[in-house]
Amino acid sequence: MDTEQGIISHAQVHELIDIVKKVHGFDFSGYTKASLKRRLTRIMLLNKFEFYDLKHVLINDADFFQNFLEEITVNVTEMFRDPSFYRAVNSQVVPYLSTYQHVKIWSAGCSTGEEVYSMAILLNEAGLGKKSFIYGTDINTEVLKEARKGIYSLRNIKSYAENYQYTDLKGSITDHFTILYDAASIHNELKQNTLFSVHNLISDTVFNEFQMISCRNVFIYFETYLQERILDLFYKSLCPLGYLCLGSKETIRSDSFKSKFKVINQKENIYQKVGT
Amino acid sequence: MGPDKKLLERWHAAQIVLLGGSAGSFKILFRIIKDLPEKLGKTVILIIHRKKNFFSEIEKLFAENSRMYMREIEDKDILKTDTMYIAPANYHTLIERGGYFSLDVSEPVWYSKPSIDVTFESAAEVYGDRCMAILLSGANQDGAEGLLKLKKSGSLTIAQEPGDAEMAEMPKAAINLGAADYILTQDEIFKLLLS
Repeated sequence: MDTEQGIISHAQVHELIDIVKKVHGFDFSGYTKASLKRRLTRIMLLNKFEFYDLKHVLINDADFFQNFLEEITVNVTEMFRDPSFYRAVNSQVVPYLSTYQHVKIWSAGCSTGEEVYSMAILLNEAGLGKKSFIYGTDINTEVLKEARKGIYSLRNIKSYAENYQYTDLKGSITDHFTILYDAASIHNELKQNTLFSVHNLISDTVFNEFQMISCRNVFIYFETYLQERILDLFYKSLCPLGYLCLGSKETIRSDSFKSKFKVINQKENIYQKVGT
Repeated sequence: MGPDKKLLERWHAAQIVLLGGSAGSFKILFRIIKDLPEKLGKTVILIIHRKKNFFSEIEKLFAENSRMYMREIEDKDILKTDTMYIAPANYHTLIERGGYFSLDVSEPVWYSKPSIDVTFESAAEVYGDRCMAILLSGANQDGAEGLLKLKKSGSLTIAQEPGDAEMAEMPKAAINLGAADYILTQDEIFKLLLS
């Protein structure tokens, strides 16, 4: 067995998945293993853990688990990541949403909230701000605390300025924030129509009906069978003709779901539910 | 003088070809892509550093000029022979044990996403000695650690001769780590790939 620090074998990854499931009730068995292994290696290096140290704290230290959950899932996100996606939503989905009296949107796997607020800005600019409500969910309670605050470092916001510019929305990204020293706080009118709560895509079920679900760069961490289970959850959570947005490299591959979702934009992976 | 016999043997035995490039590698990569035959009998994977919001340009140019079927990697794509894959911008590309790609949006490595290290390391874990990798011109150290992992797992590893590269830093970092089995010039690399 490899004894180099921070290096774990494939079998050990499975052992940890088993422990986390038994002790904490979180099931990572459907996660892609190469990425999971990288994250586990990272946690071990950060904490200067050997494999047995990690096993020990996962079983005996309840507080460590929250921290583990935060590190094991990837929480890197951007505002207006893939500007062409936002342009497509604006031209292809917004006209549909505008026909509703109330618009409900679910951002699944929202991390620290950047995508929720990007969508809030877009809808507000499209004149749908007052009648839309965005639910942001994640399995990780710590990132949701950040999301609820809606306060980001000014440096981060500035790094999203280029994305914003390519979305064709008017003005600049800082127009939507109140800036105080090095912190940028999202405008209240954009925050009031959002709600952040814990939801586990693997174990939790339908909680509302939506006109649009956005789940971008989450499926990349899941094996195909798990993606299909979650597609079923999304299908059931969408109203008839509701829209599903996946990440720009995430496509619906399964034949049974290809017949349930019509491709609206192939490049941006925007789909529309067909049937009831 | 052509490539030595041992090197030729190892090149012919390799099933997965990994090409990592950054600043100054465009010209050589473009030439490789244009000249590689449609049926090479291998899987080719390109990891090229580039800016995130201009992703379609390089892919388009390469796809229009390559003889081999070329595809920008999408999540869970299966690795196929006679296909040239290009790692998408703003994602890391990993290889899973089942023989398919998975993508990852985690933190940049050496300020880079895609990171050459990330793909090289995961290729080393899954395919071991069935790989061959070339680290080309570049201005940072990404790829050096990954190339070392590949070498340790029995892959054929090559660094571009730093004096011959537009940016020497990247191949130099790999050579300093002792990660390169061979150090070759552009012309030697072409001769090998087309032999």
